[in-house]
Parts: sequence; C-alpha cells; structure tokens
Amino acid sequence: MALITLVEAINLALKREMEHDPAVVVLGEDVGVDGGVFRATAGLIERYGAERVIDTPLAEGLIAGMSIGMAVEGLKPVAEVQFSGFGYTTIDQVLNHAGRMRHRTQGRLSCPLVLRMPCGAGIHAPEHHSESPEAMFAHIPGIRVVYPSSPRRAYGLLLAAIRDPDPVVFLEPTRLYRLFKEEIADDGKALALDACHTTREGADVTVVAWGAMVHESLAAADALAEQGVSAEVLDIATLKPLDMDTILASVARTGRCVVVTEAARTCSFASEIAAGLAEEGLLSLLAPVQRVTGYDVVVPLPRLEQRNMPDKGRIVDAVKKALAFG
Amino acid sequence: MSVVARFEIRYTQFLDPQGNVVAPLPEFARVPQDLVALYRWMVLMRAYDAKAIALQRTGQINTFASLLGHEAFNAGIASAMAEDDVFLMTYRENGVQLMRGVALRELFLYWGGDERGSDYAGPRRDFPICITIAAHAPHAVGVAYAMKLRRERRAAVCALGDGATSKGDFYEAINAAGAWKLPVVFAVSNNQWAISVPRAKQSAAQTLAQKAIAAGIECSQVDGNDVIAVRSAMDEALERARAGAGPTLIEALTYRLSDHTTADDATRYRNPDEVAEAWKRDPIVRLRAHLTASGAWDKAAEDALLKDCNGQVQAAAQEYLDTPPPPPAQMFDHLYARLPAALARQRAAALGDG
Repeated sequence: MALITLVEAINLALKREMEHDPAVVVLGEDVGVDGGVFRATAGLIERYGAERVIDTPLAEGLIAGMSIGMAVEGLKPVAEVQFSGFGYTTIDQVLNHAGRMRHRTQGRLSCPLVLRMPCGAGIHAPEHHSESPEAMFAHIPGIRVVYPSSPRRAYGLLLAAIRDPDPVVFLEPTRLYRLFKEEIADDGKALALDACHTTREGADVTVVAWGAMVHESLAAADALAEQGVSAEVLDIATLKPLDMDTILASVARTGRCVVVTEAARTCSFASEIAAGLAEEGLLSLLAPVQRVTGYDVVVPLPRLEQRNMPDKGRIVDAVKKALAFG
Repeated sequence: MSVVARFEIRYTQFLDPQGNVVAPLPEFARVPQDLVALYRWMVLMRAYDAKAIALQRTGQINTFASLLGHEAFNAGIASAMAEDDVFLMTYRENGVQLMRGVALRELFLYWGGDERGSDYAGPRRDFPICITIAAHAPHAVGVAYAMKLRRERRAAVCALGDGATSKGDFYEAINAAGAWKLPVVFAVSNNQWAISVPRAKQSAAQTLAQKAIAAGIECSQVDGNDVIAVRSAMDEALERARAGAGPTLIEALTYRLSDHTTADDATRYRNPDEVAEAWKRDPIVRLRAHLTASGAWDKAAEDALLKDCNGQVQAAAQEYLDTPPPPPAQMFDHLYARLPAALARQRAAALGDG
C-alpha cells in the first residue's frame, strides 16, 4: 500500500500496464524525457525506453490520429493531450474515426486507445487550460468517456480504460491531481467501467457529480450533515455509456436530485442526467431536478474562475432549494 | 549570405502518351506477361467504374466516386505492395482494393450504402475508405510506427489526393513520419481538381512533391498515367521503407476524367477542351499501345478481355443486388466489443422489442 496523489495513481497505472503488456505505448507532447507537464508519465521513459514512451511532434490531431493507426495495428496507445483545451482538434479523429472503426468494418478492425486529457478549472492556469469538454465527447457514439474523482478511482479506471477493447477518452481533473492522497495497493485490479459509484450514502437528496465536482459535492454533503441533511453523493465515473440505473435507484430512495458540473450549462452532461430523470424517474421526484453548473460563459481567467465553478455553497443552496420545494 | 540547402524534384516517365518508351524500362516492365497482367487489372477497373456509374444512374447504388483516369495510379500502387502491407485509402482507390483481394461485390455493397462492404474477406488489415480528407494520413503514421516498433519488414501506404496536401493532417503526418523515419509511403494522386478547385488555386507550390522537403522526407514526381512510372516509384519507396530508410512522398500527375462524384457536374467549372486534352493522356490507351507495339497484345486479346471484364462486373452487380439489406441490429452490434446496457435498451427499442 502506498499513500499517493491522483496524478501518482495515473503514473502507477501506466507503469503497471506497460510492465504487463508490451503492446501498451505512451505518447504525447513532453511525455518522455520531461515526464509530462503534470508528471503523469514521470519515470516511464527510463524504464520502458523512447520507443514505447514517445515524445511526439507538437500536433494534437496527429497524436489522436496516429493513436488510431497504432490501435488498429495491434498496439494499445495511451495518448496524452497536454490540456483538454488543446484537445478540440482531436474531436475530428475521435468522432470521425476512433468511434467508428469497429462499426464501419463490422468488427474487422477495432480501436483500443486511451486519450488522456487533463481537464477542468481551479488551478490558476492560463486561458485554454481550464476547459470542461466532457459533454462534447459524451455525444460521440462508439467511445467511452471516463472521468475519475480520486486517486483510487483514477488507478482502477485507467487500468480498465487501457484494457478496454474500445476507445476511451479519459478526463483527469487537474484540480485534484495533488489535492489529497489515498492508500492504493498496486494490485492491478481494474474498476468496472460503465458504472456509477456511490461515494457517500444518504437519504434526503442525491447529488450527482464527476471529476473535481465530486470532491466539492462531498464537502457540501459534510456541510449539509451538520445541518441535519443526509446527502447521497454519486460519482458518475463513466459518463458514456451512462449508468442511469444507479442514479434512478438512488433518486427513488431520496426523491430529490442535484446534478453538479463545472462545464457551461447549455447541453451540459448535467442536462442529460436531468432529462433522464424526467423521462424515467418523474414519479420518484419530490422536487424539480436542480442543475448546478458553470455559466454559459467563456471559462474565466484565474481571477474570476472561482466565481464560475460550482462550489460547496452553491451545491448546498441547490440542495436546500430542492428540499424546500412543495 | 550563404546557401544552406538546395533541393530538386525528380520527374519520372517511361511511357509517353502514345505508348513510346522514353526511358530505359525497369526490370519488371521488361516482362510482357507482367505488364499484361497490370493492363488486365486496369481494364477491369474501368469496366467496374462504368458499371458503378450505371448502377448509380439507375438508382441501384448511392453517390459514387469514379476512378476514371486513375487506373495507372491504382495499379501501380497495388502491384508494388506486399500482401501484409497496410493500405490506407480515399474513395478513389477501389482499383487498389480490387487488386488486393476485395471482391467486386463488396465494392458495390459499400457504394450501395452497406457497412458490410468494408468487412471484406480480402486484405483484412487494410483500413476502410477514408472520406474525411487527409484524416487517414496520421493513421498511416501510427500503423507504420507499430510496424517499426515490432521490427517488421512491412510498410503502410497512404493514398491521398491533391486537395489533401492543403490540410494540416497531411503536414502533421509527413512531418512526424520523417521525424521517426517510419516505413510509410504517401502516394498523392494529383488529378488537378479538388471538386471544383483547380490545382493552381490549391497551393502556390510548384510541385506537391516538394511539400515533403519541408518534412525532410524523400519525394519525387511521376507521370501518374504511366503505370510503369507509378509502380517503379512505389517499388523504390517501399524498398526504402523496408530497409529502414524512412518515408517517401510520391506525387503522381494524373487527371480526373470524371465528375468528382455522381453528385457533381464538372461542366459547371471545367473547360471541356481541358478534359478532351486529358483524354489524350489516358493511362489505358498508352499501355495498350505499348503492349501492342511489343507484340504482347492484339485485338483478339482485347475483345476477350473486355468480354471477361464485363461479365465479371455484371455478375458481381447481380450478386450485390441479390444481397438482402442488413438487419437493423447492424447499427448497434459492432459499435462496441460488448454492447453497453444503455445502448442495449435503445437497440431493443429500435428493433421493436423494447
């Protein structure tokens, strides 16, 4: 067991898979000699060499596109896009090719790649370094979108993503990279994909979140507990395909739901969950579903970023609104 | 001031438009039977092309991209490749597919709007047709990287059009292929037109081949209507790739004798005189002239070949028409290795049992 951070857990999972599967290669900008700008790939090139830990030319479309070529040809590429704000040019490759390869060849070819992207705001980064593009990726058929919220989940979900036979966009909350540590046994045990995790049990309201917002929701749940409100916190973990059953079952017990995302509100993934509840869980609901989201604004620069990101206070307010309804 | 680098672009042609030999022929082209075999493929491509257009005009397949005029480009590439090489293509390389073992029926199936047309029994590692321009160039880099990593003597071959050389994906790919000295060949069919945009408006570069110079990779220009020139350049490039000497870009000068696709009308933007001139450089006519002059071909052989090709495409078209449409479940069943629960519900609903 080791007490490690989320970014160290990513590193540990990468090492483990590179050690056990010679088909696994890591590629991206500065992932080799430099060990990645966040150090997620530190130590890999020393152990596995420059042929498997590949410093690419500075071209994100290339990184995504060549990962597709590698994956189809039998490697298991784990590519890093340095920041998700630079990842929009990969959408062409993910949408038009990675997500379609298996289908359009009727299973003749497949595309088992992982595209890792540091995501989210809250680290006082420059423009384009604080994006939350998860809903854009979640709209794409044929892929998985995974977003861990803790070191343990990051380790288990990344193992699962690398072993998965289909493309996975793996979003990593930069804000949580070094915020806290967890004990992790490097046992190679993958977590299930396509499943929500009940991170905290509660009876009065279900708070649904992913990535850094899980952390914020847990803080809100602590504050609510002091006020006598029992909040259940679900970590979506895999946004696509979504485990709606776990959300519906939770809301069937609590009767109220607050969905939290730091992404812009319109067409956010929170909207998808709210729509799912309206369709399938209406009779369980004692109050309208509340969305706590970033505003429909350009992600603010650091001096204002905290004003856009949902925090404990906004989540608590939304829960209270849901509790006060009716 | 001093000059730090100088470059030149070689141009290769063996047969002129009349079929005259204008340069010493490479070894393979001195064996008449081998050239006859290439000629047979090129005639089959043209018969296929004509049949596909006929099927489209009668509503029996969907929009089709003709390869008329590209027969030498197709045959030159396919005849140079090894079976276990990987081909990454655009929609105008059905001829390469044919020669690599894709069945005529499967090609009709593809253009008929059926994904099973890309699940061919033939070259199982080849990529499906890439419609989005140049997006497959980075794929070729990844394929070649995998081959190099595993120390294989295989190569990736990526066919592109002239328009594709304007895209970032193309530059990113040739640049990376050069940086890693990968076993990949980029074969550009410069057919002078990207739908309605002529070559001159595509780039101020004197040749498209020279774009490779910026990427530090080998390049040359060939007469893309001379199958011997295309094949010879591909042979050299593949040998270089297999020897670990890195990638090559070949610019093959040809002409799109057809509309862009059956949904296009090139008379809106193209001068008929230009097209008439281009027909004088027809790749099939010149090879036939050469073979006839060297005594390897005659009218009887030609008549028999046409009859055989037409018979093949007729039979394949009928096979395609007799193929029942795919079941609706096809939309779902190969999207993931295992169908996710959320999608299983949609599948059931779509099939009417949900």
